[in-house]
Order: sequence, then C-alpha cells, then structure tokens
Amino acid sequence: MGELLKTHQLEAFYGDFQALFGIDFTISQGETVAIIGANGAGKSTFLKCLTGLLHSPAPAITWEGRPIGGTPAYQLVAQGIAMVPEGRRLFPSLSVEENLAMGAYTRRRGPWALDSVYRLFPVLQERRRAAATALSGGQQQMVAIGRALMANPRLLICDELSLGLAPLVIRELYRALELITAAGMTVILVEQDVAEARAHSERLYCFQEGRVSLTGVSRATSIEDISLAYFGV
Amino acid sequence: MDILSVADTLVQGILLGSLYALFALGLSLMFGVMRLVNTAHGDLVILAGFFGVFLNLVFGVSAFTTLIAVVPLAFALGYGLQRGVLNRTLSRDPLPSLVVTFGLSIIIQNLLLQLFSADTRSISAGGLESRSIEIVPQLSVGVLPVIVFITALLASAGFQWLFSSTRIGRAFRATSDDGEAALLMGINNEHLYALATGLAVAVLGVAGIFQGMRTTISPTDGPAQLIYAFESVIIGGMGSFWGTFLGGIILGVAQAVGFRFDPGWGILVGHLVFVAVLLIRPMGLFPRTSG
Repeated sequence: MGELLKTHQLEAFYGDFQALFGIDFTISQGETVAIIGANGAGKSTFLKCLTGLLHSPAPAITWEGRPIGGTPAYQLVAQGIAMVPEGRRLFPSLSVEENLAMGAYTRRRGPWALDSVYRLFPVLQERRRAAATALSGGQQQMVAIGRALMANPRLLICDELSLGLAPLVIRELYRALELITAAGMTVILVEQDVAEARAHSERLYCFQEGRVSLTGVSRATSIEDISLAYFGV
Repeated sequence: MDILSVADTLVQGILLGSLYALFALGLSLMFGVMRLVNTAHGDLVILAGFFGVFLNLVFGVSAFTTLIAVVPLAFALGYGLQRGVLNRTLSRDPLPSLVVTFGLSIIIQNLLLQLFSADTRSISAGGLESRSIEIVPQLSVGVLPVIVFITALLASAGFQWLFSSTRIGRAFRATSDDGEAALLMGINNEHLYALATGLAVAVLGVAGIFQGMRTTISPTDGPAQLIYAFESVIIGGMGSFWGTFLGGIILGVAQAVGFRFDPGWGILVGHLVFVAVLLIRPMGLFPRTSG
C-alpha cells in the first residue's frame, strides 16, 4: 500500500495564535484513519491545512511524495482530495440533485456519479428535487457525503459525521461509509464520538492542544490510553 | 384623459423602463453573486457610451457595429477590474468595496472629462433613432426603444436561464450561498467573481451604446444611471432577474406617468414610487431570496 498523504512537522497559525505544533501524520492508500480530540485540539485546523483553506508551507504536506502545502483549495479538489465539511455546509438555494452536481464540478473521472450515489442513498433519489436544507439532518449528511463522492476523490475527509444526529441515523451513515471504504476509498475520519471513531478506523491519532498526544492501531488502543491522551490528565 | 394617451403613457413607460432594466441586470448579478454594490455602475454605462461615441466619430463605425467591439472589451474590463481590484475588497465588511467603487466612479468621470470635455455627445444611428412604427393612429413607438425592450427581455431571460440551468449558473448560486464550501467543490471563486463582473459589464456595454443612441450623454451622467439601476433592483426584489426586469419597467412607467402631468415631474414620481415600495414592501415586489 503506497503512502498517499503525509504531513511533516505541520504548524498552523491564526495571526499570532499558533494552533498546530508540528503534526506528523500519514495515511496510506485504502486506509481509514481517525482523528479524535477535544474541542479546540486542532482537528478542524488540521483539516483546513489539508484541504488548502489555511495556508501551509509547501513541504509541510506531501501528496504521493509531492509537496502540496499552500496549494489553493479548489486545485486540491481536482487532485483528488474531497471533504464532507463539519455542519454539512449544503448550498441552501440548490436542490438535492444540484448540490450533488456541484460535487462533480471538477469533472474528475471515476466510479461515482449521480446513479451510484442514489444507489448508495436511495432516499436522495426520491427527494432529488427538494431544497437540500428541507431534508432531515441525516438525509442532509447523506447529501454532503454524496456531494464529496461526486468529486471521485482518492482521499475522502469526513468532519464530524455524527454531530447532532440520532444513534440510528449515525449507524446508517457508518454502514454507508463501510461500503465506500470496502470499494477501496482512503478516508480520514474526524470524530468527537470516540467509540465510533475507534470502531470504524484502522489507525487513530489523538490531538491535544495542537499536538499529537497518541497514535496507534485503533483496536490495540485502550479506552484508558485514549482518555489520557484526550484530556491530558 | 382619453384611453389613447393612457395607452401611450404606458407603452412609452414600459419602453423607457426596459432600458433601466438593462442598467439594473448587472447590478443585480453582482450583488447576487458576491454581495458587492458597485457604485461605479452608472459610470461604466457612460464609459461604454463614450467608447461608442469615439468609434463612431473617429472611425465612422455605425452605431450597432460598435457593439462588436464594445461588448467584448466591456467583458474584459469587468473581468480585469474584478480580478485585479475588486476581489481584494471583498469581505464581510461592505465598506471597502463601496469606497473603492466610489473612487473608481470619480476616476471614470474625470477621465471622460479629460478626453471628451464636458460637452454632451450622442452616437449617430443613421436616422434609426428617430424612426417609429405606428401601431394605431396617434399611437406609435420608436424603433430604437423597441430594440432596447427586446434586448432587455432577452438579457433577462438569458441571465435567468444561465442562473437556473447551467453549470456556471449553479456555481454562481453555490458561491453566493457559501463561498468556502464552494472552494471545497473545486470552484475558483476569484475567477468566478470575475466572470460575474465581466458579464455584468458586458451588458452595461450594450446599455451604454443604447443610451448614447437614444439620448445625449455627458461624462457626469453616471450617478443618475446608477440611481435608476438601484431603484429597479430594489423595486423588483433581490435574487430574481425577472424581478429586476419588472422593477425597471415599473420605474419607467412611473416616470412616464409623471412626465405626462408635467415634464419636470417624471424623475420625481419615479423616486416617489421607489420610496413607496420601500415603505410598503421593503423586500421588493418579487423577491426570490430571503436574508
């Protein structure tokens, strides 16, 4: 399995405030890696760096060995990095189908198109003409996942999939994610739900105050280790 | 007042209003896509008009042929202006873009004064500007105003179609909803904004040539055209190009009714109708977007 994305002592700043202190992160082709951590641990900042929303020095992030730090966000999508953003961020004035079509804006080729997304989430086909924000929270999350898949990414980044959703809905979404990863997708899973993150990933990183406080194989990491790394007590 | 003069007032008002609609479409587009209020909008109309005057006078290019040069140049000017200047002013704070476009307005006016002096000019359309068609006895319409009307109708339909049914229109709406999420879809916002301004200024190019053919223009006419464009957008309501078109028509009819009573009242009655709409329906008559 080839290494897909790697960060090298990645730092990030908001003005004078330093949010990340030298993050070393790596993910290989086909892997599912979880990132957990408390609020303010730097998870979202880290994702902003990976997706190009926040500027990083070029060598700090490599994509198949090539430096991509500081590449504008819209170019990274064309290279195959797609994100399901926290809070879904659907386009309210667009219908469900139009939202999905926006995901395919870069016209990357691959297995994902409207019909395959509808096969994964049949309910979206029934509601394809509805305004995206008229859907239930779970269905909106399906649109957000479908929209990211439409970009035919090589790396799918999911930010807080389970946030604010009912347990039954969360289970359904993760079942869909299993189907996606089974087809060979590489996934970074950012979760505040530690149990969910551990169950659905091969490896995990725990962030604390802008640093990696724990990393390892998910199954081999005990809940005690995680809570220590999570809260730092 | 007999029925014929009522009909005449209405028809002239609609035709006049369609020119305002043409002014307003670009303003509506730019505000809709990037929440940018371009206070140099009217001056760009006059700039395009003077470019037409220049081609007409110096090279003897006929009025309609000037469009072939003016429209692509206007598009390029709009694209470059947005990419090079206005994109840097976009933020949550509307003030920087207001100040910069206000400055641009002053620059354009003084540039035109330097180049063309303060004289009023017009573009000769080879007699077309005074030709008219008689619909019924004592009710005739000018050929040029009808051409303007049809152009405004087509431009509104075109903008509406572009927005609702094309890939680029979808990208415009998405970027307007959430610029950062649009970036994550692979949209280059800076390029997209520049396209929007390019389109807006291209339509202004057409409007400027029509204005120069219909009447006379002078370098400081811009701000008045901006007001008409503004009023059309506000009367029509944000987010719909048909709304903007109808807003322009309503403004035109209001002015025509005023002119009918007293030649000095036309503009005032237009402003009064605008204020009335603001008081009764601040969101405009045909709003599509909320918030």
